Amino acid sequence: MGYPHPSHAGEHPVLSKHFGDAGARTFDGWVKRGGYEGLKKALGMTRDQVVEEVKASGLRGRGGAGFPTGMKWSFMPKEVVKPHYLVCNADESEPGTFKDREIIRWTPHQLIEGCAIGAHAIGAERIYIYIRGEFTHEHRILLAAVDEAYKGGALGANVFGSGRRIDVVVHRGAGAYICGEETAMMNSIEGKRGNPRIKPPFPAVAGLWACPTTINNVETLAAAGHILRQGGAWYKGLCRGNPKSTGTKLFSVCGHVQRPGNYEVVMGTSMKELIYDMCGGMRPGRTLKAVIPGGSSVPIMTPAEVEDCLLDYEGVVAKGSMLGSGGMIVMDDSTDLVYQVMRLARFYAHESCAQCTQCREGTAWTTRILEKILAGKGRREDLDLLLDLADNMTGKTICVLSDSCAAPVVSAIRKFPAEFDAYISREKQPVMVTA
Amino acid sequence: MSTAHAAGETHQPVFVGPTRAQLEALFPKYPTKQSVLLPALWLVQEARGWISEGALHEVAEVLGLTPAYVKGVVTFYTMYHTHPVGRHFIQVCTTSPCNICGAEEVTKAFLRHTGCGELGATSPDGRFTVIEVECLGACGFATPVLIDDDFVEGVTPERVAGILQGYK
Repeated sequence: MGYPHPSHAGEHPVLSKHFGDAGARTFDGWVKRGGYEGLKKALGMTRDQVVEEVKASGLRGRGGAGFPTGMKWSFMPKEVVKPHYLVCNADESEPGTFKDREIIRWTPHQLIEGCAIGAHAIGAERIYIYIRGEFTHEHRILLAAVDEAYKGGALGANVFGSGRRIDVVVHRGAGAYICGEETAMMNSIEGKRGNPRIKPPFPAVAGLWACPTTINNVETLAAAGHILRQGGAWYKGLCRGNPKSTGTKLFSVCGHVQRPGNYEVVMGTSMKELIYDMCGGMRPGRTLKAVIPGGSSVPIMTPAEVEDCLLDYEGVVAKGSMLGSGGMIVMDDSTDLVYQVMRLARFYAHESCAQCTQCREGTAWTTRILEKILAGKGRREDLDLLLDLADNMTGKTICVLSDSCAAPVVSAIRKFPAEFDAYISREKQPVMVTA
Repeated sequence: MSTAHAAGETHQPVFVGPTRAQLEALFPKYPTKQSVLLPALWLVQEARGWISEGALHEVAEVLGLTPAYVKGVVTFYTMYHTHPVGRHFIQVCTTSPCNICGAEEVTKAFLRHTGCGELGATSPDGRFTVIEVECLGACGFATPVLIDDDFVEGVTPERVAGILQGYK
């Protein structure tokens, strides 16, 4: 549902069905609402059968990359020689994204159930849930829910009498966006600086403490319980667009819409329907200027691109951007795009782990140039310099943080040149930029 | 027992009594002692409000790491305080989604009402420190503000004075 707003008829609440319902937060409350049925069913199945069911559902990673979940699980070794680990990525930090927080806040057992199913599927006995340090409230809720799950038999040495051992450790981050990157996250759990690792080796081969590891996003794992309970075929049937994008997806919509919040729709729903019908469109007297559809790391879209865009992995790519995490930042005509792109560049500069030169230097340099343009000291050549820098920041580093900084910058210059021209030509008053 | 360290300050150990028990309870959750570093640093900050040089040395000692290594990790993560802060630590989200909804005005209101004057500074009465923070992950509830461990949603400049009354 469109939490904190009532559910809209265009939504299809599966994961968000109990958002706003504090009764769903407890173990008993979750069981009363059909919870842990999916886990019980999974425990009666072999590892392979669970993986096949999830493959059949078409579920793809909801953290942003959209990699098929069943296939990811199938990469884990069949024989458990060294311990296997499941890591749940609850480090939600991508600007514009606030869906995982809502899942944990209202339905922590939905997540724990999904985690346990995932652990069973990959032959893991231990799950680390990495929750960002700033989610203080959700951290407390999750700890309480894990306690309850142990008491209720959903975790521990003999999960629901199956003989299967599954433990959960909640690991709290301490303020670092980059730890949302899976290899940085593993380093952070190991007690190291959150520097991403070079791949290969991939986590399924050598992950946490060099053991086979799978990392899944909160929303992905939360969906697993429903898929096991209602079947992969049911999930696959939830599709309004490209058959490669199935199920429901939570979209966090923020910025200049009348009803910001989390909306859960079937893949392939129209972006316009989401922004205008469900979120109530722009504020009175305002018109749409731009949308960043998948968290701040993806190219900015123009109103024309939004017009007939379908919300699935392929639909957003067809319009020159990416579905990403489904965190949509909506900006109306009051927005100073140059200023906001500078703020995003500053974000990436602040969050760069500084391992790679292109990222460490590139994000900071990009920020300085944008600040200079805003201060009324920009030159035309600065735009070429920004594009050249962006080119050097794309596809050349260990992780994609620097690519993520380049994407909004390049798309803003290409699609909204007048915004930059206004500052460079001194038509627009310079802006005081505070560091 | 207290230990002297390079800076000459006397450090009262953190990991004694219940805090020691909390630390010990962490070890079975990880296969290596090093992995307990982040949770151990959280224990220090919860007990002392910040992570001093002395505490850093103590953490290194109990986990079998070098102080230099621990310092490298502490300084990577923005939530660990390496110097004392006000009794109440206020973090205002000002990244783009909140920024376009007026977050910078909220920051100014906090600076004004706390008497901090500037970002990162502590108010003369030692009560508050205000900083801007990058994306708190609650963009639909602009502007979110984290005050100590309290997550406050939908903060507007008008609400600031009232909110601060709850923090003495």
